[in-house]
Order: sequence, then C-alpha cells, then structure tokens
Amino acid sequence: MTTAPIVEMRGVSITFPGVKALDEVDFRLLPGEVHALMGENGAGKSTLIKALTGVYAVDAGEILIDGEQRGLHGTADAQTAGISVVYQEVNLCPNLTIGENVMLGHEVRGPFGIRWKATHRRAEQALARLGLHDLDTRVPLASLSLAVQQLVAISRAMITDSTVLILDEPTSSLDATEVEQLFGVIRQLRDRGVAILFVSHFLDQVYEISERITVLRNGRFVGEFLTAELDRTDLIANMIGKELSVLRSIDAVRHQRRADRTDAPVLAASALGRKGAIAPTDFEIHTGEVIGFAGLLGSGRTELARLLCGADKADSGTVVFQGRKAVLNSPAAGLAHRIAYSSENRRDEGVVADLTVRENLVLAVQARRGWMRRLSRREENEIVDTYVTGLGIRPADPEVRVRNLSGGNQQKVLLGRWLATRPDMLILDEPTRGIDVGAKAEIQAAVVALSDGGVAVVYISSEIDEVVRLSDRIVILKDRRKVDEIDVGPDTTTATIVDIIAGAGAA
Amino acid sequence: MRTTETLESTGPVEPTPPPGGSAAEPTGGHPPSINRYLARHRDATSTGAALLIFVAMVIYGQITYGAILQPSTISNLLINNAHLVILAVGLTFVILTGGIDLSVGAVIAFSSVAGMMLAQAGWNPYLVVLIMVLIGSAIGLVSGCLVEFFDMQPFIATLSMMFLARGLASTLSTVPERLDPDSPIKELAHQWKLIDGDKVNDLVVTPGVVIAAIVVTGGLLAVHRTRFGRTVYAVGGSEPSASLMGLPVRRTKILVYVISGTLAAIGGVVYTARLGSAQNITGIGWELDAIAAVVIGGTLLTGGSGSIVGSVIGAFVLGLMNVLITRDGGIRPEMTTIITGGILFVFVLLQRAIKGRRG
Amino acid sequence: MTTDETTDDIVEVPPVREARSTTGGARAVPSRLLRSQHIWAVAAIVGLLCINVVKDPGYLSITYSSNTGAFVGNLVDIARAAAPLIMIATGMCLVIATGGIDLSVGSMMAVAGAVAMEYLSSANAPSSIGAAAAAIGLAVGLCAVLGAVNGILISVVGLQPFITTLVMMLAGRGLAKVITGGQNTTAVNERYRWIANGYVLGLPVVFLASAAIAVAVAFVIRRSALGMMIESIGINAEASRLAGLNRRALLITVYVVSAFLAGIAGIFSTGTVMTVDVSQTGYQFELDAILAVVIGGTSLAGGRFSLAGAAIGALLIATLDKTVVFLGVPASATPAFKAAVIIVLYVAQSRRVRGWAAGLRRSRRKSVRQVVAT
Repeated sequence: MTTAPIVEMRGVSITFPGVKALDEVDFRLLPGEVHALMGENGAGKSTLIKALTGVYAVDAGEILIDGEQRGLHGTADAQTAGISVVYQEVNLCPNLTIGENVMLGHEVRGPFGIRWKATHRRAEQALARLGLHDLDTRVPLASLSLAVQQLVAISRAMITDSTVLILDEPTSSLDATEVEQLFGVIRQLRDRGVAILFVSHFLDQVYEISERITVLRNGRFVGEFLTAELDRTDLIANMIGKELSVLRSIDAVRHQRRADRTDAPVLAASALGRKGAIAPTDFEIHTGEVIGFAGLLGSGRTELARLLCGADKADSGTVVFQGRKAVLNSPAAGLAHRIAYSSENRRDEGVVADLTVRENLVLAVQARRGWMRRLSRREENEIVDTYVTGLGIRPADPEVRVRNLSGGNQQKVLLGRWLATRPDMLILDEPTRGIDVGAKAEIQAAVVALSDGGVAVVYISSEIDEVVRLSDRIVILKDRRKVDEIDVGPDTTTATIVDIIAGAGAA
Repeated sequence: MRTTETLESTGPVEPTPPPGGSAAEPTGGHPPSINRYLARHRDATSTGAALLIFVAMVIYGQITYGAILQPSTISNLLINNAHLVILAVGLTFVILTGGIDLSVGAVIAFSSVAGMMLAQAGWNPYLVVLIMVLIGSAIGLVSGCLVEFFDMQPFIATLSMMFLARGLASTLSTVPERLDPDSPIKELAHQWKLIDGDKVNDLVVTPGVVIAAIVVTGGLLAVHRTRFGRTVYAVGGSEPSASLMGLPVRRTKILVYVISGTLAAIGGVVYTARLGSAQNITGIGWELDAIAAVVIGGTLLTGGSGSIVGSVIGAFVLGLMNVLITRDGGIRPEMTTIITGGILFVFVLLQRAIKGRRG
Repeated sequence: MTTDETTDDIVEVPPVREARSTTGGARAVPSRLLRSQHIWAVAAIVGLLCINVVKDPGYLSITYSSNTGAFVGNLVDIARAAAPLIMIATGMCLVIATGGIDLSVGSMMAVAGAVAMEYLSSANAPSSIGAAAAAIGLAVGLCAVLGAVNGILISVVGLQPFITTLVMMLAGRGLAKVITGGQNTTAVNERYRWIANGYVLGLPVVFLASAAIAVAVAFVIRRSALGMMIESIGINAEASRLAGLNRRALLITVYVVSAFLAGIAGIFSTGTVMTVDVSQTGYQFELDAILAVVIGGTSLAGGRFSLAGAAIGALLIATLDKTVVFLGVPASATPAFKAAVIIVLYVAQSRRVRGWAAGLRRSRRKSVRQVVAT
C-alpha cells in the first residue's frame, strides 16, 4: 500500500529530567489500517500516545498530520486535528446518561438550550453505526458493562469524525465475546478509512487484529513490521532486546547450591485467586529457594504476588505458611508471618516521599514493633548503616528526604526496608526497573545472598534473563493464569521462556 | 443490553449475543414503562424519598397538632423559607461538583449589612440591591479562584471566606441596620393575598416567594438544558474524565461558586426585605441548614448525583420541621441544632452506605 | 492490574544534597524549612508587641504583686489567653498531619465546660479537690469518647473528615445545651477555679499547665514511633499500609487526642469565669487552631508536622487577639483578618506560587512537562 500516512512522527524526542522517554522516534500511521504499538515497561508507548494527543509537547523532531507539520497543544487541539483516544479506564462520566456521554460538547442546541430529543437521536445514530442498536441512551452509563462503555467511548470519538483513533489497552477487562465485538467495530472503522492505533500487550489479539506492528524499546524505535511477516518469538525478542541468536546462546548463570526441596515448603498456596486479577493458582516455595515469575505485562505476576503477602485479599484458596494455615488479609498480617513484599510501583506504594532515608528504612520494622516501642538510636543506626552501605544508597546521608533520591536509589531504600524486617519470604516485584546496570548487579547479588541465607525469594521481572539467571524454578504466567512451571536447568535460557509464553494458547 | 451493577471485570461470563443485527433505523422513542423511567431517572428515587419524608411530616403534623394543611401555615412556610430555598439552589450547584460552600451565611450578613447602610445613606434602592448581589458574586468568585487556581480544598477556602465576610460585616456594623419602611426594597416583602380564607387564614405570597420560584426555575433550566449544567454533573461524576472529554471543567468549577455566592446574596435580599433590618450576626449557621437541605434532597456530597427539586423539598422539610417543633413546644429550642446535625448525619451515612453497595 | 509505565521513571529528580531534616523532638535536627517558619512566626509576635509598645511604652512591663503572689502585666495576660489555644492547636496539628481536619474542637470546649459546670453545681462542694477532679475527669472523658466517634466514622466508615467533624461540631454544641438545659450554668469550686486563675511561682497556672501538657504530648509523640507513623499515613497512606501500619488505630488516636485536648481547653476557658456559655464557649476556636497549625509550618495536605510550630502559632494568635483589642480595633474584625492570613499563607505555600518562584530563580531551561494524572 503506498498511501500517504495520516500521522507521521520524525525523529521525535521527549525528555524529562533524567530520562529520555522518547529518543528520536520515527513512526507512521496509515489510514484504513490497524497498527499495533508494542513494547515493555518504560518503552515509551504512553509517552508516544500523549505526544499524539497533545498532552506532551515534543522537544525535538516533528509530527505531521496529513502531511502538514503540527504542534499539538492539548486534547482539544488534538481532537480538532482529528485524533481521538479511548483509554483503558474508559474516561467517561458514569453518572451521566449514555447519550450525554456521546454528545456532550457537541449537543444539538435550540433557543431554549439543549434539545434533548434531537441530541439523543444523534447519539443513537452514532451508536448504531458501531452496531449498538438497542441502547436506551437516556439511561446512565454506569448501567452498561465496561465493554459496551468502551464502545460508547469510541462512538464519542467518532462523533467528531476522527481520522485517527487510538485505543490504549482496550481489551484488558473484556472477555472473549466482548473482545470479538470490539474487533468487529474496529474492523468497521478501519474499512471506513480510520487509522487505528492499537496498543496492547496481548500477543494473540495483536496478531488477530493488526496489519502492522511498531515496536518500541527504552524510548527508541526498534522497527515497524507487517504482522503477517513477524514471527511471535521475533516480536518478543524485539521487545525485550536480545537478538534471537544471542538469546539462544545465553547460559543461565547458576549458583551451585540446590534448594532443599525434600522438606515441607515454607509457603504452600492452593487455588489462590482473586476475581478479575488472577485465576485460582497453586504455588509452593521452599526455604532458600528462588522462584521467578515470568510473563509479559498484564499476565498476572503482580496480582499473584500481592495475594501471597496480604497486600490484596484473596477470593478463593488457602495459604499454609510454615506448616500452619495463614490468613493473609492485610500487609500487616503478611509481615507478621515474616513475608515481605516490595511493590513494583515505588512511587505510589513504596517510598514515603517526605520521610528521610532513615525513616523509610526502619518503617516496616517499626510498624511491626508497634508504636510504643520505638527503635533505639543504636538499632536504627545499625539498620541504616547495614543497608546504606550494603546496597550502596547514594547520597549516603540518611537524613535526606527520599523524594530527593534518584529512582534507583529509592528502590534500594525500599529493598533495605524489607530486608530489615528479616523476612522468611521476600517478594520482589520489578526490583531492578529504572536502575542503572551497576545497581542491578548489586541487587541481584543481594538476592543470591538472601537465598543462601535461607530466605525464600519470589523474583518478578520483565527482564527474563534476570529471572532465568537467579531462579531455581520459574512460574510462567499469561493472561492472568499460570500456564507452566519449570525447573531451571543448565539448558534453560531466555529463549525457553519466550517460547513457552509465545506457544501457550490464550486462556 | 446487559445491565451490570459493578464495573469490575468478572472474568468469563456466559456470552450474550452482541447488540446489533437489526437493520432498521433506530427509533427515537421507546415504549414507556415504570422500569424504563426508573432506569433513566436514578436521581428521581432520592428526590422521591425526600418528597415522601415531607408528605409524612405533613401528615404527622396534621394528625398530631392539626392546622398544618391550611392556607396560613402554607403561606408562612413559603414566605419564611424562601431565602433558604434560594440558598439551597445555589449550594446544589457547588455540591454537585463535589465541592462545598461554607460561606453563604456570611455572604448574606456582609451583603445585607452593606446594602442597608448604603440604603440608609440614601443610595438608589435598585442600585443597592444590585450591589448586594454583586458582593455575593465577588465573594463567590474569590472562593472559586482559590479552589481552582491554588488547589485549596473547598471547605477550607470557603471556611476562610466565611470568616472573612463575616469579619467584614462586623467591621461595618455590629448593630441591626434598619431598612426604611418606605423603601421600595420593602416591597419585596409585600404580601399578596392569593386566596382569601376565613379570618386570617389566607394564602399569601410575597415577591420574595416569586423570586425563589424564579431562581428554582432558572436553576432547573441551567441544570437540564445547558452544557454548563451537564458539565457540573460531569465534573462531580469524574473530573479527570470530564477534562479528557474536552469539557470546560475549570470554568465550570469557578462558576458554581459564583452562582452560590450570587444566590446567597439574593437570598439575603429576600430575607432582609422581610425582616426589615440586617445585622452582622445574620445567617450564622445557615450554611449548615442549606447543606442539610441539599443532602436531604438526595444530592450526594461527593458530587455527580442529585437534583434542584430535591434541594427545594429539603428546604421545606427543614422549614416544616421548625414549624412542628414550635407547635410541639415540648422540644427544647436547643435541640434544633442537634436535630439538624443528626438529620444531616443520618443522610450522610445513608449516602455512604448506598455508595458502598453500588460501588 | 499493573500499569503500563509508571511516570515515576519519567519524572526522576536528580539527587540533591538537602539539609538535614527534622525527625522530631529531642533528637531533632531542624530542617531549613521548618526553622525558617518558626522564625517568621516569632518575628511576627515580636512585631506585634513592638506595635503595642509604640502605643504604650509601658506595655511590656511586668510587676509582681505580692499579695496575690502573681506577676501582672500584658505579657502575662497573653500567656493566659494562649493556654486553651495551645491545647487545641496541638490536637489540631496531629489531625491535620494525617490529612484530616477537626472542626469540632470549639464545640468540644463547650461540652467539657457544660459537663464540668453541671457536675460542680450539682455536687455543691465548693472546696473539694475530689469534686474538681471528678468534674474534669468526666468532662474530658466525654470529649475523648466523642473524639473516638469522629475517628471511627472517618477511619472505619470512611466519611470525609470535614463533614464528620462539621456534624460533630453541631451535635456537640447541641449536646452542651442539652446538658445544661440551655442555661449558662455557673458553679463554685475553688480548686477548679484555681486552675484557671491561680498562680504558681508567680506564673499563671493555666499557662504552665497547658505548656506542660503540650510538652508531654510532644514528648510521647516524638519519643514513641507515633510521630513518624502519623506523618507516614499523612504522606502516603497506601505505602504505609503495605509497610504494615495500622491506619485505623492511628486515625482514631489523633481524633481522640484532639477532642481530649479541646476538652482541657474548655476546662481552662470556663474556669476563668466559672461559667459555661453554651453558645459562646469555644465559638470559632477551630479557626484559630487551624491558623496556628498552618503558621507553625504544618501543611494542610498532611505529612510532616511541627508541634512546636503549632504552639508558637497559638502564641501568635493570642498576641494578635490582645493587640487588636489594645489598639481599639473592633474585636469582631479579627476573624476576617485571621481568615485573610490563612488564605495568604496557603496561597504562598501552594505549588503554583512555588512554581513561579522557582521559575524566577531558575535560569532559562527546558520547561518541565505537565504530567497528566491518569
């Protein structure tokens, strides 16, 4: 197809203090096509979307819309340029009626204000064009399922005759039938000439619906491919950054000590699950064992981990910890059982920004002790010295507020907090994200030391080579359920895991 | 169309055939039915509940004390609560966006004291009324700007404006400022006999009541027929969504505070005309009465749901409550504060419980 | 559901060498920010006193009256007036640190006064210490219970703090009226009266008591882990939960403490005249408390707090009140002035103004992105 692209980005860069979110990215969208945008954490997908919708201004490079260079200053501007976006959370107002959600901002007006009959009729027409014929548009949006709400959001986007429709993770909360319905609508729009940017991490769906795939990695443009010509394993390889041949030749670095699996497991979970988050799963871990959770974004790794420590409450299943039934209904309960959890979202769930390094380090230990028995200065200093030096926290001043540390050092402070509680089981969720190479090595070394010392470690990372390097066993998750569990042997490589993920059928 | 209560994904459900397949043009109307009406007007249930409460109180009062359902009582109810109705309408706009305005009572005090002093100084009475109203708008504008531009929480911003306005009123005067009985402003309290009953039992209204009716009508128009009105609901439902939908969120949020201040001042005009004087202690606690009226009427304090009609009913519920308490004579006057507080509290709890179940 | 990308990685701040920050009480190393706030408040107090001295050069004089065993003077009056303010400011500081607010403190004062006066007038034991102690115990006890109600409604039921304490404010004052039957009850008890009017070592008992209580509270808060825990839930409730903190218990505690201290303030207030005025006692005191806390450097958004700052703020307000009266400005105008100060302080603290100031200070650099909250 040699049609001109409707949207083109040339050498676009967007920089934030300390991080280049987009680094000279080239990108193009052709009309009448479904184009998938793929990449792992930190790849730059959401930044690219925000650049196209006018939320971020570009620092370098240019954006061309229909051949003309344009600066986009805000959502209204992007809408006038013909670009609409529907987010995963369906950014509509559930308390307003369906018709209002579709039409508000473009209502039919008369001398006495809004003419509702005409407005609702136009809304019905817009919905009908997407195949939604029997909706009563005077009913509140909240009465609809999320899937249909999403279609309403798309209708709203189409009211303004958008030429570009961006769908950001549209299928995360949909079941199979709803996905098919959505895909039907997408195909209709595509056939009408709309350019559709489909951002998703569900490989199978991407292969089903898209014609073209662009892969981003670490803010850089990796490549644009025709879906039909791109092998799944090649796609994953492009996303996580290793050449296929290099993948196949990486040997897992193994520590020689084998975890003792003849004893009873430290933690045994049976049919542990939570509706909407993770399907009922069995899981076992032994003293000193390192179990890795591998899977792509959205596969349910974090969800399972949070059930194992009490951060979320399970709907089903039981947990037996050190031989006794454990009710893990709060993080405090988890910590009481000496299960520590380091969240992947260190900004919102990890660091207490205005407290000092010292206070952040001792927080969990102090919480366990209770408010009355404050840690003595000596005990605090011990913790501070151990982990500031041991983890290499910089600056090494414990009285600095954590908000002033770089992301990597904040992560180290968090790790120190959990290690200070001397856990029997430690769950690390993306502990090396956003950290420089040197720090990554330090943390991985710390994990090895921990397991040597008898701590059971659950290690979650999007960097599959890390997981392979550190783990004794790997639990592989896909689409919110466990699809496989393997022992890591001398032949296990990243490619092994990638193959399993790519090969496992959709749930 | 599938109806679900929760918005969470519940995993695989039994598949329903996707809506569609009908080739016919969609019709504008749908066969009427009770279910359809209730589904369309979720707000109606809470307004209906408020109406029920009011009717129940009327019945109770009629049975227990008698002389409720008669023209003179109705007249007094209308006349004495006209200002509260106006206040409640203004406050409804603010609460619908999820905010609050604690300054309305103080606005009344300041604007009416200033107005009375100007009137006494001989200023044109029509101009005086205009100035009174504009004072309310100005105070509302400041509140709105504090909330919107400086990220001040609405309650602390309007609490501060409350103290500021009341303090300004106290600076102007601490004694009752009388209104010249010949002043045209007094006309607003002039009683028009609508129905001449026996003896003094007449149905009487004043221009003040008419003004309240106009305000209510205006409020209804604004809420149901303007983009502004729908944006108010949108902001209360989900401000980030409203923003992403391209609606004028910032402007709307400031405007609701201006409306609240303006209507408070208008309520002050009506009240002052009736009373014939204004003082710096006027209106103390009225913000709470207004909030209670709005809450009783079914508007959620968290915003996004509620109705003007409900607030009007709520104002009359409070007014009727006062009547019943006076008739009873056995309930000590100091109990009224507890009762208002208690009612407000019960309704807030109810709102929380219902929200918890829905949510 | 894990998020796609956290903007956490995007808005990284390069490491900045910061001055040592406050961790509290005895071991505190004051941060630059908080220290400068205190100096500002102290300077304001000095400034107000200077204004008074200009009007009357003998303003600051203190004389000792040997027959009453008391120091007498304007400064002494200020100290006595500050006593109840210090109490409610301390309690309010803790509540605000958790991100909440307590609008009911004024009504708590009335409740405490009502209970004490009713008890004493029915006990009719004018010189009994026991009666005084019982009156005080009952009064602050009831306040503590009401504070617990606040705390439970906010932490367990999940109501917003402002509406909860607003209702409690109404209900409390109504309760006070019910307790006294609408009367402004008077009672006689020398011991009770002595608390508010007596002198020890020449200094007013009420001031010494409030100072001692404030110091005790600060001691407990900072010596135990409470201080850090309160700050933690105020800064990041979710992270605190994951670290194992018990948010419910902490919230209930601060509201109980706030009501308790307000009750003590009520004892002080009613003790001076041995009467409770169910409409006026404690009226509008919540504004003073909020102002004192904000002046003292604690942010209304919650997080790090300064009890010393709140106490200094209370002193400033007492000085302001006395100055206003002394200068002949109608006392009814002070609330307006206080409200204006809150607004100005808030605006100055706000991100927008800080952003402007920072922008002015910084030389031309690339502008920082507006991160839209998703």
